[in-house]
Amino acid sequence: MGNKATRAAFGETLNELVADGYDVVAVEADLSKSTTTVTFQDAHPDRFFNAGIAEANMIDVAAGLAVTGKVAFTGSFAVFATGRAYDQVRNTVCYSDLNVKLAPTHSGITVGPDGGSHQMVEDLALMRVLPGMRVLVPADYNSAKSALRLAAAIPGPFYVRLGRASVPEVYAPDFEMELGRAYVLREGSDVTLFACGVMVVEALQAAESLAAEGISAEVIDIASVKPLDAEMIVASARKTGHVVTCEEHSIIGGMGSAVAELLGETCPVPMRRVGVRDVFGTSGDPDELMAHFGLTASDIVVSARNVLA
Amino acid sequence: MAQTPDVGVIRSMAARMRLDIVEMIAEAGSGHPGGSLSAADIVAALYFGVMKHDAARPDWAERDRFVLSKGHAAPVLYSALAESGYIGREHLMTLRKLGSILQGHPDCKKVPGVEVSTGSLGQGLSIANGIGLGLKLDGNPARVFCLLGDGELQEGQVWEAAMFAAHHGVDNLIAIVDHNGLQIDGSCTEVMCLGDVEAKFSVFGWKTISADGHDVEALVSAFKTAEEALGQGVPVVIVCGTTKGKGVSFMEGNAGWHGKAPSVDERERAVAELTAAIEKEAARG
Ligand SMILES: Cc1ncc(C[n+]2csc(CCOP(=O)(O)OP(=O)(O)O)c2C)c(N)n1
Ligand SMILES: [Mg+2]
Repeated sequence: MGNKATRAAFGETLNELVADGYDVVAVEADLSKSTTTVTFQDAHPDRFFNAGIAEANMIDVAAGLAVTGKVAFTGSFAVFATGRAYDQVRNTVCYSDLNVKLAPTHSGITVGPDGGSHQMVEDLALMRVLPGMRVLVPADYNSAKSALRLAAAIPGPFYVRLGRASVPEVYAPDFEMELGRAYVLREGSDVTLFACGVMVVEALQAAESLAAEGISAEVIDIASVKPLDAEMIVASARKTGHVVTCEEHSIIGGMGSAVAELLGETCPVPMRRVGVRDVFGTSGDPDELMAHFGLTASDIVVSARNVLA
Repeated sequence: MAQTPDVGVIRSMAARMRLDIVEMIAEAGSGHPGGSLSAADIVAALYFGVMKHDAARPDWAERDRFVLSKGHAAPVLYSALAESGYIGREHLMTLRKLGSILQGHPDCKKVPGVEVSTGSLGQGLSIANGIGLGLKLDGNPARVFCLLGDGELQEGQVWEAAMFAAHHGVDNLIAIVDHNGLQIDGSCTEVMCLGDVEAKFSVFGWKTISADGHDVEALVSAFKTAEEALGQGVPVVIVCGTTKGKGVSFMEGNAGWHGKAPSVDERERAVAELTAAIEKEAARG
């Protein structure tokens, strides 16, 4: 399947961006090997700054670099980059509208054995609510590369959600993600499965199973959680009349909430949210955890049947 | 701009800025006079003597950068920006009012000359580190100046930044501590003792300089010493002994004037004192 983690795109893409003429720098917080920013450090030691275990400082150093015109990426894990440094992201990066790109890895429960302290399922909620912040959730390695390039190309704050676990390839290597655009991966007429991140593959499998039951599911990748592709989301909800959202995140405040907010105002339809149900993560293998938290293709199938019942 | 700072100019600018501060805050009905007044001589020395900048070109690549880490002292910065010509003086009396470019804390999206928004304490030194590194990467000779409060030093992030600056050799950075000994709830010693501020920076690997933050000659010479120490792999901090509320007798050394606007009567008394101070500076020539 060509499985690769979205985090594997990080350091490599930064190197490509420099080759393409972007004035990229990266600030890390003692996790360069895990996030892969070490790849960037090896190629461009002068453009890489380790802050040590000091995430608040990491974010604000990046902010200062952005003040001088740099495209400043930050590393660390999702739980620390958003939670530990929230005030820095809010009051400095977003309030000043700086060209800082948070691309932390190890988001969601597929972090695995490190357990609940390290499995960040509230980051989309924290980032999405910030004025000026754009939020991208790539589904695979190729879309992660594209998301990082997109973040570099557009001025201002970005959050690119990267993961630790390997995921099957969904997009071709030449995929070019666009801001505010959703992607129809499978057309259908009975129910729409809106998915993002690692859940895109699960949703595609669910659609396959549903087809065997005679249910036609449309699968749409919400790679851009903010801004949302409102037009496409509403059009699909209107067409199928039934919606299931699928995310490796709390059902509170994430992509499912964003879709619910949109549809609630424009096109209310019966809806179910597949996600982590207001609990912290726990240690286990990623596959076990996907089942434990009800995030597998078969869980999506159950929710789809349910919303159609 | 000036190559050799003119002490007289700095003194008279500081006196005028103190009057601006009191009138702006009185007009706004809220704000932070104490920490704005304690920083007036420091900020005047920076804007009218030490820093290379040009109000006609706020985007001039080689301008020195200023980060007001203690963002609540916004009025002292706004007055310096107005006196320098970045913004018209007519803005000053709109401080903190709906629609004003002069927000309660500096907003870089609204005010030319403000490099970065501040207001959440403890972040400025980290930002200044990033600016310093960015300038160095570009081979840009500009320096970065960062003004911190002393209570602000209680934020752990300041020490993350202090460690970072020394480790990464941010040697185009001059931090300045407005060491007035007071914060909101009382004296820094009572609230959360800072210990020896200079010694702390020193063990973090900084070159430290101390100065009387209201003696303009001493300030100018401290800045000169600091500037000469740049480019040697070590960040520099000037710890300035100051008096909170400096220049208004009834505000001096009183934590109660940290974040309170003067009443009509208090405004009158303060304006009388500050006007007399301006005249005294003028007479000095
Ligand atoms: C992170 C943060 N916490 C609390 C405040 C509220 N606050 C504003 S000013 C201040 C006291 C600052 O004291 P100091 O740094 O000594 O400033 P100065 O005496 O120069 O006014 C506090 C606690 C803030 N602005 N930011
Ligand atoms: Mg103080």
